[in-house]
Amino acid sequence: MGVYLDSALLGLQYALLALGVTITFRVLNTPDLTVDGSFVTGIAVSGVLTAAGHPVLGLLLSIPAGAAAGCVTGFLQTKAGIHPILSGILTMSGLYTVNITILGGPNLSLLDSRKFFTSALETIPADKTLVKGVILLLICAAVIALLSLFFRTVAGLSIRATGSNEEMVRASSINTDAMKVLGLAISNALVAFSGGLLAQFQGFSDINSGSGMIVIGLASVIIGEVIFGRRSLTLGLISAVAGSVIYRLILAVALQYNFLPANALKLVSAVIVAATLSVPAVKKSLAEHRIKREGSKC
Amino acid sequence: MLKITGLEKTFANGTPNRHTALCGLDLTLQDGDFVTVLGSNGAGKTTLFNAIAGTFFCDRGRIELDGKNITFMPEHKRARMISRIFQDPMKGTAPTLTIEENLALAYARGTGRRLFSPSMTKKDCSRFRELLAALGMGLEDRMTTPIGLLSGGQRQAVTLLMCTMVPPRLLLLDEHTAALDPVTAEKVLALTREIVRRDSITTMMITHNIASALALGNRTIILNHGSVVMDLDAEMRTGLDETELLALYRSACGSGAVSDRTLLTEKNG
Repeated sequence: MGVYLDSALLGLQYALLALGVTITFRVLNTPDLTVDGSFVTGIAVSGVLTAAGHPVLGLLLSIPAGAAAGCVTGFLQTKAGIHPILSGILTMSGLYTVNITILGGPNLSLLDSRKFFTSALETIPADKTLVKGVILLLICAAVIALLSLFFRTVAGLSIRATGSNEEMVRASSINTDAMKVLGLAISNALVAFSGGLLAQFQGFSDINSGSGMIVIGLASVIIGEVIFGRRSLTLGLISAVAGSVIYRLILAVALQYNFLPANALKLVSAVIVAATLSVPAVKKSLAEHRIKREGSKC
Repeated sequence: MLKITGLEKTFANGTPNRHTALCGLDLTLQDGDFVTVLGSNGAGKTTLFNAIAGTFFCDRGRIELDGKNITFMPEHKRARMISRIFQDPMKGTAPTLTIEENLALAYARGTGRRLFSPSMTKKDCSRFRELLAALGMGLEDRMTTPIGLLSGGQRQAVTLLMCTMVPPRLLLLDEHTAALDPVTAEKVLALTREIVRRDSITTMMITHNIASALALGNRTIILNHGSVVMDLDAEMRTGLDETELLALYRSACGSGAVSDRTLLTEKNG
């Protein structure tokens, strides 16, 4: 049971990553690869400040750090006219240097440092995993509430419309470039925040923990959608968080019963994402096949 | 008032595909003018609209709206004053947003609402409902339906609503009924006429339909080779019927002022 609780906890730490990916992948309609870099930026900022004795500040500063990374990608996409995917790759690649500079080395142990939740664990006389879980759930709920409020404002609506019909938004006197940058900033802020949480909960910061984050984020979003469907934006946000937890549970089951070696995780995640994204195309070709067969009968 | 002077635009300049789409176009619209724009394909009608809306900057010339020079104003800033509807009904609305969200976006444009204020209040919603009910398409009961699920005609009607709910200084209609079935097209045209008249919006409408060019508005211009070759004001239009306008259109651009035949007859004569 403990394994599953720990996995669920891990899922909640990655939940904000899934929320960030939802914003770029589903709202802005362009997957953003900055994620692999900005996640580590969050880990680095949070880690360094936690080691220096400022865990809360570390967590909070990981947010603007991620937002800055998102702005860089946004600038490359809009003003520099570089393809969105390549913009993300460029920022992600460049961030490696930034991250390792912040971290001051390839990794940093935080085992002896006080984390932002340490005092809560000390004062509340309950199971530690439970307290951590409640803290994480509260954070996720607060973020979802804030995001769903934000997407009801004029700016939020404009970001959604930009992902839906850019030309129309420009004709509505809205600066679509600014909206894309804003969307990317919010997305990467969430991703970095997720990294910041992870660093403190795991008790270490590692420069290489970002690789494949975009796939994990996408997998969470897609698993959430498979279960809850794609109905409203708020539901989409909730399902991304749920998807992140379920993803970790699936992995836990697979590892528990030795279905798979630990090294297979990335491949399995990639296969899950690829398979789910190809469902509409497969459905279409199956339907066409059926029509052809029935049409040739009569 | 819209004042265009000496507008020039050349595409692919410096290449063999060089094409001058606008060449020294002059045009002045008075407040409340409703001008129908005729011209063959490639005459520069849509290019003119793109130039006015700010899709690109022109090589030469000047565009003034209400006395303000907007020649080099970016597109999204001009959009505060200029609304535009395209032929493609899919272009004017965001398909994944609901009807009311689309309307809210358009309303925010016109009212200059702050970015971080709520996009719609209860009051806005009831206003949207009234406006939709006025379309007579039953859309007022489907306000939370994603707009992508509506038909082309319904989407175009909603687009018209979005473009005029806060009356713009200039309304550009680029064959906005051409992709609709005849009955729906008729309906959207009637709506257009009604709204434009009600708010006396200065309007330009591109059309290939001689009948509606004559029936709508108070003025008709004919474009050819990137300039205005004929300008018919209300007085000149009143005596015209469709056949006569068609003949005028033919003489202005149809068989071309410089066609072989004209050259030959001139030589012979």
